[in-house]
Amino acid sequence: MNETTRHIVIVGAGHAGGVAAATLRQTGFAGAITLIGSEAHPPHERPPLSKELLAGAIPVEKTYLRPAAFYSDNNIDFHPGETATAIDRTAQRITLASGGAIPYDNLLLTTGARARRLSLPGADHKRVLYLRDITDSLALREHLNTGVRVAVIGAGFIGLEAAAAARKRGATVTVLEVQREPLQRVCPPEIGEFMAALHRRNGVDLRTAISITAIVEADGALALRTADGSAVTADIVLAGIGAQPNVELAQAAGLAVDNGVVTDEFGRTSDPHIFAAGDVTRHFNPLLGRKVRLEAWQNAQNQAIAVAKIMAGGNQPYAEVPWFWSDQYDVNLQIAGAPEHWGQLIWRGGPNDKTFTVFAVHDGVPIAAITMNNGRDMRPARELITRRRPVDPTRLADFAVKLQDLAKEVGRG
Amino acid sequence: MADDNWVTVAKRSAINPGDVLGVTIGEREFALYNLDGEIHATDNLCTHAYALLSQGWLDGEVIECPLHGGRFDIKTGKALCPPVTEDLKTYKVRVVGDDVQIQPG
Repeated sequence: MNETTRHIVIVGAGHAGGVAAATLRQTGFAGAITLIGSEAHPPHERPPLSKELLAGAIPVEKTYLRPAAFYSDNNIDFHPGETATAIDRTAQRITLASGGAIPYDNLLLTTGARARRLSLPGADHKRVLYLRDITDSLALREHLNTGVRVAVIGAGFIGLEAAAAARKRGATVTVLEVQREPLQRVCPPEIGEFMAALHRRNGVDLRTAISITAIVEADGALALRTADGSAVTADIVLAGIGAQPNVELAQAAGLAVDNGVVTDEFGRTSDPHIFAAGDVTRHFNPLLGRKVRLEAWQNAQNQAIAVAKIMAGGNQPYAEVPWFWSDQYDVNLQIAGAPEHWGQLIWRGGPNDKTFTVFAVHDGVPIAAITMNNGRDMRPARELITRRRPVDPTRLADFAVKLQDLAKEVGRG
Repeated sequence: MADDNWVTVAKRSAINPGDVLGVTIGEREFALYNLDGEIHATDNLCTHAYALLSQGWLDGEVIECPLHGGRFDIKTGKALCPPVTEDLKTYKVRVVGDDVQIQPG
C-alpha cells in the first residue's frame, strides 16, 4: 500500500459506506479506515424499510449489512451518530458536528440522498411523514393500524410499497399521483397500469392525474385539497415524491456537483483524493454512454464495491446495466436498464398473465427489460442488454425460444 | 440415523437434469436440484429475503436467487456473494425407486 492511502475516511454509513468499508478490508487494504454516519444504526439495506420492516415482519437488526461488532472486529473506526460538516481539501481533513477534525489521505463520500420535501401549505404538519431511513420507517409503522386512513402522495416505488405495507396492516389507503399512471419515471405506461390495477384489487383508492394544493387540519383529521376541487381526508399523510442527493458537503468544498456528486466510472470526483459512491453520485456509466444518478440497492452495493477496489489500488470501472426491484403484495417487479424513452415494447406474455417479461428495443437492440413475477428471466435479460447487439424481435417474443439460449446466440454473434 | 427420518418429497422423474423443483412439506419449503443426474436438496427460502430459490437461476452447481441475485453453492449451501451472508441449509438425499427422499431433521 502506498503512503498516500494510509487513511481512508468514509463519510456516510448507509449501504454504500458500509459495503465500501467491508470491501476495503476484504481487498486487503491494511491502512486505517474511519466510517462516519449520522444515523444511530450500523450500515443497513434500505429495501426492507418500505416493505418487511414497515409491515412489521422483521426486526430492525435484519436490515443491518453486518452485526455492529463487525466494524471493530475488522479494525474499522465506526462513528455512528456523527455528522461531517465540512471538507478542507487543502489540509485534507473533515470537520465534525461534535467538534474536532479527522485527517484523510483519501476520502469517500457515500452521503446518499434524502426524501424530497413537499412544498405546499400545511406540508409542515407533524402527521405529514416521509420514508427514507429506519427512524422514518418505524415512526410510520406506529401509525399503520387497522382502520387508520393513510393518504400517500406519489405513486413511485416508495409510495406504492408503503401503500402495500399499510394495506397489510389493515389501514385504509388512498394514493394520489400527479401523473396519469404510477411509476412513470421508471416504467412504460402499460406497466404503470398493471401496478395500478394490482393496488386497486388490494383495496387501495388510487387516483391519478391529481395534484394536491394544500393540507389542512380539520376536526383532528387532515384534509388534502386537490386542484380539481375534490378533497381527501386522512389521519396521516406519507409523501413519497422522490429523493434528492446529499451534495451539500461536496458542493461547499467546491467539488463538481450536478444533480449529484459528479464522478467518472471509477468513482473519482474532481479532486484526486476524493471519491464518491452510491445514491449521491451522478456517475458515468460506460454501458449507457452517459451519466446517471441511481437510487437503488444495486448501485449502493456494487458501485461501492467497485470504488472501494479502485481506492485500494484496483483499475476496474463500475459498468453494469442498472437494475431495480420492487415487492408489492404478491408481485415481484424487476427492471433492468434505465431508458430515457421506452420506445418499442416486445412482450413475452402480457398483463393478463401471472408472469411476464417485456423488453424495450431501440433499432432492434434490447435496452431495457421488465419482469413481473418472473425473476428467472432477469439474468439472461441483463445479459442481452449488456451485449448491445440486435436481436430478432420475432424470436425475442417467442416463448418457445428460451432467453438464455438467445443470450448465448447473441453472445456468439 | 433411523430409517423413518427419511421423508418422500418428490418423484425423481419430475426433476429433469439442470432443473430445480420447489416442494412444500408441512410448513417447510425445500428446493430439489438435478445436477447431471444427481439430486441435491436445500432450503428453498433464500437466507436474505423472502424468495423461493426454485424460481431462481440454476448456473452449474450454483443457484442464484430470483429476487436479489444472491448466489449459493448447492452442494455445500455456502453463500457466495452479496447480498447473501448466511449459508443455506442442505439436506441428505436418497432416491428409492422413483421417490426422492430427504432427511428434513
